[in-house]
Amino acid sequence: MPESLTPGGVPLNITINGVRRSLSVDPWVTLLDLLREQLELTGTKKGCDQGQCGACTVLVDGKRVNACLILAVSKDGAEITTIEGLARGGELHPLQPAFIERDAFQCGYCTPGQICSAAGLLSEGHARNRAEIREQMSGNICRCGAYTNIADAIEDVRREGSVVREAAE
Amino acid sequence: MNRFEYIRADSVAHAIQALAAPDAQALAGGTNLVDLMKYDVAKPARIVDINRLPLRGIEETPNGGLKIGALISNSDLAWDPRIVRRYPLLASAILAGASPQLRNAATTGGNLLQRTRCYYFYDPSTPCNKRQPGSGCSAIDGVNRIHAILGASDQCIAVHPSDMCVGLAALDAIVHLEGPDGSRNLRFGDFHRLPEDRPQHDNNMRPGELITAVELPVSDFTENYTYLKVRDRLSYAFALVSVAAALRIDAGAIVEARLALGGVAHKPWRSRSVEEWLRGKVPDESTFAECAESILRGARGRGQNNFKIDLARRTIIRALRQAAAGMPQDQADKVVR
Repeated sequence: MPESLTPGGVPLNITINGVRRSLSVDPWVTLLDLLREQLELTGTKKGCDQGQCGACTVLVDGKRVNACLILAVSKDGAEITTIEGLARGGELHPLQPAFIERDAFQCGYCTPGQICSAAGLLSEGHARNRAEIREQMSGNICRCGAYTNIADAIEDVRREGSVVREAAE
Repeated sequence: MNRFEYIRADSVAHAIQALAAPDAQALAGGTNLVDLMKYDVAKPARIVDINRLPLRGIEETPNGGLKIGALISNSDLAWDPRIVRRYPLLASAILAGASPQLRNAATTGGNLLQRTRCYYFYDPSTPCNKRQPGSGCSAIDGVNRIHAILGASDQCIAVHPSDMCVGLAALDAIVHLEGPDGSRNLRFGDFHRLPEDRPQHDNNMRPGELITAVELPVSDFTENYTYLKVRDRLSYAFALVSVAAALRIDAGAIVEARLALGGVAHKPWRSRSVEEWLRGKVPDESTFAECAESILRGARGRGQNNFKIDLARRTIIRALRQAAAGMPQDQADKVVR
């Protein structure tokens, strides 16, 4: 009998929000369903479940991806960061207060994905202006239409980040 | 999603061996395969996870080109300094497609193998010759706004959805394959195929083969190029029509031309006779218009997509104008100049 069809699934060693876990997971379980249904990390949202809305965006090895289109077992050895893991030592990630300050949401359902995606955008470092921020956030849909404020919040943090970098140089 | 056997391949040889089973499918980024499995369009009996294979490098080739490992993500490829500097047309085409999240997960090999986004192909309750050979084509007399205007058959009018592949086609890339009978290379133009009477086959890979790399030959299209994509939304939508144009211009005349179209056919569409015709011509409006007419001479609409013929004509002309002026399309602000 192949390994994958044995009861209890496939071994999966994965670090989620800094916690190492040794799991056994059925191979057809997506990373999104693993987080939400088995690990009770429900901050990551299920929107379309087809890679179109971005609500499920998480960081895998620092890169933003759609958790709904990833088989969890294919991420053996990876480090996952979800919205629950963005704050460090009780201190919010700069994007979190910026979203509050700029009122960058209405219903809030897309917000965890928006913030994780924006965190990915900032660390990628390819967005130099507002048009590029808008384009590089195009994988996250907000049906309340908070786009203007979302772009404002990201611009704020990007600007602060560049000020901090300049001060350090 | 159907149940399947899951195997983590730890070498190319192991993957080839595991892929020899009936209904086995290689899994890389999964951005299209997992989606198709959720719709019950793909129902593999075995998934061979190839993510551990050592295919993530970009290497210089002896003749001055680059060899791109099949597992390099679309993002890593588009932002690689060597690609940006030497193959900006490819970088631009990649960034015109999908979203940052998808580009971070999707791989080079997987991009070549993504399936059409024809509505009927994705809906198992409808006839589709590509999904179920012999069942008929629902699109020919159905909702076909996004469908092919070139090279279609009475069996299938689906289009290949990739942007990256349009750039690779224009750059004469070479696909490296590994299979049960050893390794072989296919020219990019010979990789994908037209539907004819076997639309279930998107490409000319043999059963059990794996893409290991895509090679870019040395090329000199760093000044006069563009990737112009026209779509229903400004961002994150498949092309209605896209054009990769690359020119080399010397003393006011075209020395070499490459033109590939996306969104119009079952494969990235190139017309070598038109490219040949462009050689020696002055890069002006009448040349561009004549070029577009020639490419679209055999174009045929199926009703809702009739508009794409004129859209393609205008997009070809605009892309050639951008390329000749050395003003490549900006993929962020989207203003078509």
